[in-house]
Amino acid sequence: MSGSLNVPTQMRPARILGIGGYRPTRVVTNAEIIENIDSSDEWIRTRSGIESRRWASEEETVVAMSLAAAGKALAHAGIQAEQVDCVIVSTVTHLYQTPSAAVEIAHKLGTKHAAAFDVSAACAGFCYGLSLASDMVRAGTARHVMVIGVERLSDLTDKHDRSTAFIFADGAGAAVVGAGDDDAEQGIGPVVWGSDGEHLDHIRQKEEWREALFNDDGPRMPHLTMLGNPVFRWASYEMAKAAQQALDAAGITADQLDLFVPHQANMRITDVMAKQLKLPDTVEIARDIATQGNTSAASIPLALERMLENGQAKSGDLALIIGFGAGLVYAAQVVRIP
Amino acid sequence: MASTEEIRSGLAEIVNEITGVPAADVQLEKSFTDDLDIDSLSMIEVVVAAEEKFGVKIPEDEVKNLATVGDAVSFIEKAGA
Repeated sequence: MSGSLNVPTQMRPARILGIGGYRPTRVVTNAEIIENIDSSDEWIRTRSGIESRRWASEEETVVAMSLAAAGKALAHAGIQAEQVDCVIVSTVTHLYQTPSAAVEIAHKLGTKHAAAFDVSAACAGFCYGLSLASDMVRAGTARHVMVIGVERLSDLTDKHDRSTAFIFADGAGAAVVGAGDDDAEQGIGPVVWGSDGEHLDHIRQKEEWREALFNDDGPRMPHLTMLGNPVFRWASYEMAKAAQQALDAAGITADQLDLFVPHQANMRITDVMAKQLKLPDTVEIARDIATQGNTSAASIPLALERMLENGQAKSGDLALIIGFGAGLVYAAQVVRIP
Repeated sequence: MASTEEIRSGLAEIVNEITGVPAADVQLEKSFTDDLDIDSLSMIEVVVAAEEKFGVKIPEDEVKNLATVGDAVSFIEKAGA
């Protein structure tokens, strides 16, 4: 045995440097949704808080939407694509088993052969990606990581299923993670995350691809299904506990928090979580779902972008973010707004 | 052991706090859905708050059988509140 391995021994502070989003151009109203389901505008609004959502056109692909969001995040961060050395894409609707969406995005974005991979963590995907990215930057595995959450859930939505047709939507959100200069610039708190495979059936793709393609009735898309009431209970109460743990882990009290940005699953879930967390009135709560619908992995960065645009969020603010969804999986952190 | 009336009035407080329905309207014969206009999501909130208040467990499969306030009160009574 000879020689010692040269590895970094010092951790660097990691933070979010920029945020960007892409919202598909087509607005889909509740009136359009109820052409296919036995429901009403009023029922959809009271059960979910959704007034309208965006569905992507054929041209607004997973890759195209991601590139648009990533470009805005780079501009916000003030860095060039060549400085990105890892791209993490969280999605469940890139309908290729391989290659990953991340590789195509890394190439078309203009990175110089950045490491690139997709993660599958459903609606928790952005927070999963952010956790990976912050650890990479801390350890020196990457200098700048592009984290993207992107979905075309409309492709996997059964437009005739009255329990899901009004919820799912499309979009992309991105964040650039990089190093801060000193500990005062720590910008991503410890992640509180986990999974609960006992409830695989709560939110899932109804059937495997082979079953959807090769059956006596002819090929069909394998739609998503959801058990609304159990999911509501789990998300509202168990996830409020996880969110509280993320606050505690970061050493932040509710009074010190500026923003609460949960995955935009359902306005009613957001309301119960905020009540459980006993958030003071000074905390701004993300309500992007009203006009965006549930965009799974994209919902948190999209909501953050909206809050920055409309002045609810400003640079330096502390935001509690939590993603939760199919698996079940979840992840929560406290982050500083760039 | 809490009396039937104690459980009813405790439940009425919960319903009022979550949905704004006047506590006095929450009587045993009232249907949560038809009379009190409580939707399935608010019902989950009521159930979770009731579990906490009365120290009982109301399984998910049971919730759909709790059509009236009386159904819920007697379930909580039997569950040992």
